[in-house]
Amino acid sequence: MTRSRLAERLVQLGFFGAVLVAWEIATTRGHVSALLLPPLGSVYRDFITLLSTGQFWPDLGTTLYELAVAFLIAAVSGTVIGYAVSRSGYSVKVFDPLFAGLYAIPAILLFPLYVLFFGIGPASKIAMGATIAFFPIVLNTIAGLIYVKSLYVTAARSMGASPRQMFWSVMLPAAFPVLLNGLRMGLILAFLSILGSETIASFGGLGHRIVELGENLDTSKMFAYIVFVIIIALLLNSAVSFAESRGRSHPA
Amino acid sequence: MNAAHVKFPPATARLAIIAAAFGIWEFAARRFGDPLFIAPPSRVAVALFQLVHEKEIISAVGLTCWELVVAFVLSIVLGLIIGLIVGLNRFTRGSMYPVILLLYAIPQATILPLFVLTFGIGPASKIAFGVSHGVFPVIMTVAAGVQNIEPLLLTSARSMGATRRQILTSVIFPHMVPSFFTGLRLGMTAVLFGVLLAELYVSQSGVGHFTTEFTQTFQPQNLFALVAVLATIAVTLNELCRWAESHFTRWRVS
Repeated sequence: MTRSRLAERLVQLGFFGAVLVAWEIATTRGHVSALLLPPLGSVYRDFITLLSTGQFWPDLGTTLYELAVAFLIAAVSGTVIGYAVSRSGYSVKVFDPLFAGLYAIPAILLFPLYVLFFGIGPASKIAMGATIAFFPIVLNTIAGLIYVKSLYVTAARSMGASPRQMFWSVMLPAAFPVLLNGLRMGLILAFLSILGSETIASFGGLGHRIVELGENLDTSKMFAYIVFVIIIALLLNSAVSFAESRGRSHPA
Repeated sequence: MNAAHVKFPPATARLAIIAAAFGIWEFAARRFGDPLFIAPPSRVAVALFQLVHEKEIISAVGLTCWELVVAFVLSIVLGLIIGLIVGLNRFTRGSMYPVILLLYAIPQATILPLFVLTFGIGPASKIAFGVSHGVFPVIMTVAAGVQNIEPLLLTSARSMGATRRQILTSVIFPHMVPSFFTGLRLGMTAVLFGVLLAELYVSQSGVGHFTTEFTQTFQPQNLFALVAVLATIAVTLNELCRWAESHFTRWRVS
């Protein structure tokens, strides 16, 4: 068992090793232009410079600010509207297919409109991120709240729970895992769409920086920024998974 | 339920809400909107009828549809092959699955410039970028579909003397079908995001070229109309996948 685990790790290491070796050979011995694929060494140097000078801070700040505001808008409006809709079976039947249908439209299409409305600054990215994150949050809120086992509801009601107690002690804890799942999806989608819309039209942010470096053919620095963003994304992913597992193990 | 609470069927109420939204939009855009930035639905409808007669627009929309279809087909083929390789063998799953998860976690929007550098600003970069989005959901669902097979089914097939090939074609593949179609639907959503994002980023003759032009020349009615056309195409493609998913999974209990 441990031997096969070891072999699996070796294959993984071998895969990344092979990629790096192929990269190194292609850039030093091969005929790949440094504009297309910069040598590993220079990407490494640029990455270290990037970290040590802290020149990433303004762009990281812009992107995280956009993400935070967009997520806050989507989380508050999504859970409040989702809760309001879930109150009656009729409004669920009216609104749930409506939200699901709108969710099927690729929201990135709205970005040109948002640029027209909100300008090329952070506001259009916030609107984009909030729009994309709203739908999984509202749909999961509705789904979580309406699928609370009727047994719990009946039991709580027969014990004389007030509507307030019902919400805080029964509905919310029971729906919490599904709610969290929606919030996680919303946050990740908002992050991806904000990065994406920054590449399309922006003055700042990590997505914009990468595109600008690419357009100036400063490829080595662009790769350094890409590595940086990938690390940020992985950190964000693991932070969200951590929060989700904590939330699951201590429901309310 | 008393007479004061007579309720319309949900579908009617939904249509009423949509109609009301259009009404508010029409009123607000005419009353408060700047015609350089927002167009009421009536003007968008007029623009829509003019746009469908413009050859350049039609060919741009056609080009984008072609990019979407090619990217989707490539995603399915590659995703199916990689998914089967990863899912069917315990060793490849243990070793390669984490690598694929890691690659999936990379925000692809950041490597969009690399696609343009490598594949140029024509359709090739949009297709490649769409595939880079669409292939992962297909891999994940195919790999998951061939894994979570009830041991009972495998044991009984084996005890009846099925060969490895027969197990593959008669047990594993049919079992994979539902999750495969789920993967197709998720893949379509991802391909739409990838191709449209790449179109909006840089485009010579696709729809991205015209969205940029309409935005910069302040023609919101044309922009809204083009977005409406693309949204309709996207929703149609999504619905086709959703239909295929429910059609091919209905034989399953639960």
